[in-house]
Amino acid sequence: MINRIPSMELAERVREGNLRAIARLITRVESGGDPDVRQALAELYKSTGRAHVVGITGVPGAGKSTLVTQLVHEYRASGRTVGVVAIDPSSPFSGGAILGDRIRMGDLVSDSGVFIRSMATRGTLGGLARPALDAVDLLDAGGFDVVLIETVGVGQDEVDIVRAAHTTVVVNAPGLGDDVQAIKAGVLEIADIHVVSKADRPDSNKTIQELKAMLMMSLEPGKDIWRVPVVPTSSEKHTGFGELMAAIDRHAEHLERSGEITERRRQIALTRVVKVAEEIVRDNFARDSRSQTEELLKKVTQRELDPHGAAVTLLKAMKETIHESH
Amino acid sequence: MQNNDNNATVIRVMLAKIGLDGHDRGIKVVARALRDAGMDVVYTGLHRTPEEVVDAAIQEDVDILGISLLSGAHMHIFPKVLELLKAKEAEDMIVAGGGVIPDDDVKELYQMGVHKILLQDTPPQEIIDSFRQLVADRGAR
Repeated sequence: MINRIPSMELAERVREGNLRAIARLITRVESGGDPDVRQALAELYKSTGRAHVVGITGVPGAGKSTLVTQLVHEYRASGRTVGVVAIDPSSPFSGGAILGDRIRMGDLVSDSGVFIRSMATRGTLGGLARPALDAVDLLDAGGFDVVLIETVGVGQDEVDIVRAAHTTVVVNAPGLGDDVQAIKAGVLEIADIHVVSKADRPDSNKTIQELKAMLMMSLEPGKDIWRVPVVPTSSEKHTGFGELMAAIDRHAEHLERSGEITERRRQIALTRVVKVAEEIVRDNFARDSRSQTEELLKKVTQRELDPHGAAVTLLKAMKETIHESH
Repeated sequence: MQNNDNNATVIRVMLAKIGLDGHDRGIKVVARALRDAGMDVVYTGLHRTPEEVVDAAIQEDVDILGISLLSGAHMHIFPKVLELLKAKEAEDMIVAGGGVIPDDDVKELYQMGVHKILLQDTPPQEIIDSFRQLVADRGAR
């Protein structure tokens, strides 16, 4: 048995930038946590809000991890510290996950200005957003200048995570599906910056042109609006990553100058509060009110009660059982 | 916020290849087996240095650091890893070794502080069971 350091004590060390304390608190947050973890996070939340949070998403194989690796190098060269939260899908069968980003990000370790943490999506019960965003808070409180969240852009949960960022980068790769795919994916609208990776490939120009054309269509007239740039990058030729960092910086400046940052912060708060509320409800469903749920389900199947009425009944009962520790 | 189906006690494992050893068929099979047993597995890829692996393991805060060695460099690499973990105040991390290691060396590695050695013919289920046991013995952290 080992000596368990209280979470509040770890929180103090997080503020000092202690990487081990950050790592351990992320673990505790991810594993559901004891009441003292929530308390530590509530305390640390007061020290957050300084980091610029960048969400990076795109279809599998678009080159997100490679891009993150190169981007971290750029930030380090500019003297800034970077935290990375890399999210990989869990197996829907076992709940386990193979977190492979470390392979591509291997050359980034052994630099105390960089912290990389891999996280698994933990199935479909919406358990993803809270720990990942808590991890962002921990890195923010730990003094990292920039925090990158990397996730596969294939589900609502992932989109929500990206919505909790100040700047969202969508990575597109040439040759991955036809033109409509980009529109269908729905990630087009959430991008503040588009990247076309693998720009050394001959078909990348087509992808760049298509994206630009599509962005032109959605452009509303106005003085201080953000014009979504399309940045080609190539890890093969080591080009475009400095430009990408510059574009992210320009977007941050734009948010400040236009005052949009206020609305964005509100949006982030909204996303997070709703996410946690959803999770509390789901959790309660699975735990405290199980016997009552069964009874209600019976009534619903026998047409004594409609689903909406049952839901309202459940939520009313839940009100009594929600504790501070959630 | 306990959610017994999804989180609570997911065991985190880092599987690492250190040095000039290009054999990763075995470690990938192990990674897959551990994942199928519900664990989170971080694989480092080939040709890492002990420093890289230890730093990554600390950031990932894994329960178990598993190092596979088929190059014969185990008597050099394990002491280095243990020393680094100690220097970085991470000696509570469980260190496991796998691969091709002679019996005499296995004995010595245990004395050094390696928690578990699982040689090349170990069935996946035995690896899963012993990893679970190691984490249970260590207790909550």
